[in-house]
Amino acid sequence: MISDITLGQFFPGDSVMHRLDPRVKLCMTVYYIVLIFCAHNWVVLALTVLMALSGVLLSKVPAKQYLKSLKPIWFLVAFTGILNLFYGSGEPVWSFWVLKITRAGIVNAVMISVRLVVLILISSVLTFTTSPTQLTDAIERVLKPLALLHVPVHEFAMMMTIALRFVPTLLEETDKIMSAQKARGADMESGGLGQRIRALIPVLIPLFVSAFRRAFDLATAMESRCYHGGAGRTRMKILKMGRVDFFAVGICLTYLAVFIVLCVAVPAAV
Amino acid sequence: MSVLETKDLTYTYGIGTPFEITAVDRVSVSVEAGEFLGVIGHTGSGKSTLIQMLNGLIRPTSGQVLLNGEDIWAKPKEIRRVRFKVGMVFQYPEYQLFEETVLKDIMFGPKNMGLTDAQAEEKAREAARFTELREDLLAKSPFELSGGEKRRAAIAGVIAMDPDVLILDEPAAGLDPKGRDMILAQISNYHRERNNTVILVSHSMEDIGRTADRVLVMNGGHAEFLGETRAVFSEGRELSEVGLRLPQITAILRRLSEMGMPVGETVLSVDEAFFQLLPLLKRNGGRGERA
Repeated sequence: MISDITLGQFFPGDSVMHRLDPRVKLCMTVYYIVLIFCAHNWVVLALTVLMALSGVLLSKVPAKQYLKSLKPIWFLVAFTGILNLFYGSGEPVWSFWVLKITRAGIVNAVMISVRLVVLILISSVLTFTTSPTQLTDAIERVLKPLALLHVPVHEFAMMMTIALRFVPTLLEETDKIMSAQKARGADMESGGLGQRIRALIPVLIPLFVSAFRRAFDLATAMESRCYHGGAGRTRMKILKMGRVDFFAVGICLTYLAVFIVLCVAVPAAV
Repeated sequence: MSVLETKDLTYTYGIGTPFEITAVDRVSVSVEAGEFLGVIGHTGSGKSTLIQMLNGLIRPTSGQVLLNGEDIWAKPKEIRRVRFKVGMVFQYPEYQLFEETVLKDIMFGPKNMGLTDAQAEEKAREAARFTELREDLLAKSPFELSGGEKRRAAIAGVIAMDPDVLILDEPAAGLDPKGRDMILAQISNYHRERNNTVILVSHSMEDIGRTADRVLVMNGGHAEFLGETRAVFSEGRELSEVGLRLPQITAILRRLSEMGMPVGETVLSVDEAFFQLLPLLKRNGGRGERA
């Protein structure tokens, strides 16, 4: 069913992760992703995994959802893992024809797989606990310095907000139009590629027409409420750093310190 | 003879999620061939889910839909054949129009049935006649039509498939009173001329009262009442318990009857009331004009 597709899969809740300032969460996520790829020995990697798992636990989103978010990337993880297996240098542990597996290859494969999984988990924590509106607010704020370079940051953020807002609406509409055409005997489940593409026309045309109609309606509605872009615009919900946020930043900095010490103290795995 | 029959029909949305909800709960009703059945119920009563199961657009969680005595899901591969026999007009059907011309759009259904262009065009023109679309409109793009005309073109697109059962979900929603009267009259005419089965879903008691032979009242996913329109409408109190209000004209005439006036207890339309009140006014020396 088309309505099973989730995008910007926000899970409403009241966990610590939900209450964190979205700006902090956004920065923390980027910061983590950078650190994940700097973790080059087992101890540091273990620490990173631990941090990611505590983030997952703190979000109080059911583990099933995280597994679901990992589902589409299993193939990618397996693929990069296997590819890395054969790209290690040093003494081969096993070899066949031109293929050889080295100890370094195995280590690399495990490390890259763990990193990819952690990467997805961490970004899922962000998208699961932050509503799309909060997220765009945070992006707008974080990218604001770019406005000095005449990048229309506010307009981009607004476009993102609107796009995210209309994803469920358009999905629902697609569902409705598909039902209506099916009721008129449209056959969307069988036939070759060409036939299937042609079968989409009765769905796509009404969908485009309605998307444009909605766009015009929305533009009129925005204009009639005097929307004129970002300049001088105040916000209803002003993002404010609270105790939890400073605490989170503190943890991140401590983590960084431990991270650096461990990187220096423990030799690299490869 | 019943053309459509449901047996313990149940549909549950979002099984296994926190949002699990049973929209239709063990509904067993039968629709007689050639009748005009009204389905009424307020928002969320399960009427839209119910009718989508009748033509196989959604598959019931449990229970059966029998079309002419055969389970429609006996051969899932042939479900399209069921959709040709049970035509469905959705709410705001004008959003399904997509072809270059109105005529081509109306021909979409018949052509999916495997008819030749000539046969499909004949069916389309016949359907356009029922919904009173003028000849010059048929060559236009559907996007150039007015709101009411688009609605009628979309309805014609389903009628053109010549279904045994025609289901319409709120066909008059969002139209002005004139457009509303027009669509309902066209549906009634179609029913009378073709003598096939029509199921009209609405939350307007007025619309149902004017058109339907029998009424099915849905409430909270259950089939609450099913009976002759007049009999169902006479249960004023029970209806208000499920969140439905009698049409104004029915309520007024009921009050008059309670006050001892010699009028019928359950009057379904303004026209009917007019003919009941006229002799009374004449007798009392009134001028007998329609107010």
